Amino acid sequence: MFYRGGIFMSENCRRLETIMVQGSREKEDIKGAISTPIYQSATFKHHGLNESTGYDYSRSENPTREELENTIAKLEGGKAGFAFSTGMAAIDAVIRLFIPKDHIIVSEDLYGGTYRLFEEIYRRYGIETTYVDTTDIKKVEESIKKNTKAIFIETPSNPMMRITDISKITSLAKAFKILTIVDNTFLSPYFQRPLLLGADIVIHSGTKFLGGHNDTLAGIIVANKFIEEIKFMQVSTGAVLSPFDSWLILRGIKTLAIRLEKQQKNAIKISKWLSECKRVKKVYYPGLKAHKGYDISVKQTTGFGSMISFEVNEREIIEKSLKKFQTIYFAESLGGVESLITYPYIQTHASIPEDIRNRIGIKDTLLRLSVGIENVKDLIEDLDRSLNL
Amino acid sequence: MDFGTKLIHNGNEIDKTTGALSIPIYHASTFHQFDIDNFGKYDYSRSGNPTREALENTIAALEEGDSGFAFSSGMAAISSVLSIFSAGDHILVCRDVYGGTYRVTSSFFKKFNVETTFIDATNIGEIKERIKNNTKAIFLESPSNPLLKITDFRAVIEVARKNNIVVIVDNTFMSPYLQNPIKLGADVVVHSATKFIGGHSDVISGLVVVKGKELSDKVKFVQNSFGAVLGPQDCWLLLRGLKTLKVRLDYQQKSALKLAKWLREQEEVAKVYYPGLLEHPGSELHLSQAKGGGAVLSFETKDDETAKRFMRKVKLAAVAVSLGGVETIVSYPAKMSHAAVPKEERESLGIKDSLIRVSLGLEETEDIIKDFKNALSI
Repeated sequence: MFYRGGIFMSENCRRLETIMVQGSREKEDIKGAISTPIYQSATFKHHGLNESTGYDYSRSENPTREELENTIAKLEGGKAGFAFSTGMAAIDAVIRLFIPKDHIIVSEDLYGGTYRLFEEIYRRYGIETTYVDTTDIKKVEESIKKNTKAIFIETPSNPMMRITDISKITSLAKAFKILTIVDNTFLSPYFQRPLLLGADIVIHSGTKFLGGHNDTLAGIIVANKFIEEIKFMQVSTGAVLSPFDSWLILRGIKTLAIRLEKQQKNAIKISKWLSECKRVKKVYYPGLKAHKGYDISVKQTTGFGSMISFEVNEREIIEKSLKKFQTIYFAESLGGVESLITYPYIQTHASIPEDIRNRIGIKDTLLRLSVGIENVKDLIEDLDRSLNL
Repeated sequence: MDFGTKLIHNGNEIDKTTGALSIPIYHASTFHQFDIDNFGKYDYSRSGNPTREALENTIAALEEGDSGFAFSSGMAAISSVLSIFSAGDHILVCRDVYGGTYRVTSSFFKKFNVETTFIDATNIGEIKERIKNNTKAIFLESPSNPLLKITDFRAVIEVARKNNIVVIVDNTFMSPYLQNPIKLGADVVVHSATKFIGGHSDVISGLVVVKGKELSDKVKFVQNSFGAVLGPQDCWLLLRGLKTLKVRLDYQQKSALKLAKWLREQEEVAKVYYPGLLEHPGSELHLSQAKGGGAVLSFETKDDETAKRFMRKVKLAAVAVSLGGVETIVSYPAKMSHAAVPKEERESLGIKDSLIRVSLGLEETEDIIKDFKNALSI
């Protein structure tokens, strides 16, 4: 894997877009089907005793899921991929790698569901966590303790779009012999490939950009380390992605590049429009030169993505505008072809205690916008109509 | 209402908007909110999906519990239920539990300091002896896999009640048609719905039914947080499978009894395990808590060589793991379902290398018998 002219190259010089469309090409379908068959089979016939075809039971391995797992592994430049029923199930499987009294440093600004998993489930089992602003490498280093086993980051973070320098984190982690885990949901491998920057494990909510159509829940892990352990976890706790949903994600990945290009183009225009909107106090988008993490973004990614957060002047505007949006749907989630607006304070980040939300900046005046592939003029008109009532 | 009718009419079979006789497959990850002040019932499919909800309500009604939950596999269902417990808690698990459950309790939950003791659940004295101050749950399978041992639910539940212990029953082998543990006082029922409920060997899935609000809330919380939910397409396939649960099982059970009776007459066969045979230990007890012997049986051949030859020669039946489908499946527990259990432990459980498990499908029984006859002979 290497960089060339701002784009990521892959093995055999198949570029990312080509892998997205063609898949892993590790096993050709004998009937020549261009689209991977959906193996809706729970179990597989053995030719005889000890004569497994390599597939026994779909929880352990399923040919459709396997193609997705191999494809995403190639896209992320990792050794092995794993598909789970949801992003949370994928994160859960990674946390289960650790044992009681292990300590994990976590980006303080992260998805509410991940926070809930750490705090309300794994705390009971004795997994310790410290929430840190991981954009500040000094703070991360100061938080490392004897029992620290991993650094878990989201970059760009959700919803404040903070940019963490992945290479700095992975160098630090390597020096202390701890793992780096990156949630790459917001950018997808098309724009960011953390494993090439030294991370050990990448996680995705495949529901978002990879699936891209707001129709499938899915989670992905790509790993360079602990491959056997993650496989064991997947088989044992069984939170696997179904064959049909695996196929939908494969189908989504085929258009990942063109969707993201269009979504990003729209997002850049919208972020500029929002920056000039009188009702908007602040815009958080890594593609704006004024954004705090702009330089790091340029260095470590090939794009800024299509997620924008912005603060309005007062809470009242939010209540009124959320009733007004017509083109943009008011719904949780992100990354799909449809533009969605979310109110993190009461939706995605409701599980996070108020004091932490305030410290991070998840105020009651903050909105998060996932920009879709609609005509950008319609989106800006909708924003204009709803914000400037 | 008769169970067979309830499968078709339980309040979750018609789409209220269009009247469609099949619940639509809501392949949506997220839901638009029309009003910021009054959020709709659904916001994100991990938390709630209309197709999944129809399935969850249906299984809750069929098992006569208060709430139902659908998971991406039987193991995800079991792991999620066990995740309601915390470090320092102790769980009793029946000794000949499914290999996957053995693996998850003896690896993850052990690692996170949830202690497990494996007990012979057919022995009430042993259960009483093993209960400690921190014992929070007992996990049962009856009939057990693969030896079809019968546990006295009423007796175990009585002991559990006195000690404030949650009773969890894996009801996969019987399905809600033949056995309803919640009616006998159990708190939680789990299913690998991949088996009889789906019934077509095509969907990997798990279901949980819970009695009581407090426990329901805990399982709901884990389902939403851990997120091992079942996809809408697969939920719909299970709803479809459930409609024929009774007619399938009636036939499969009849076939199993015929095959069991035939097997015990064969000189190559040393022993037949089937709760529908009156000589099977616990058969009377079983029929007092279930409506039939089910469609799974096991048998031991006179020696290991015969078992291996049988597995090589059998043609009509598929050699595969899993059970409960319309196809007859034979499996070899020592190498397949119980491969995760160490050999010594396996043998102490009575799972010999001459043991074969059969799940009867919908083929003509005479054809299966002919196939078996040929596979057993030299």
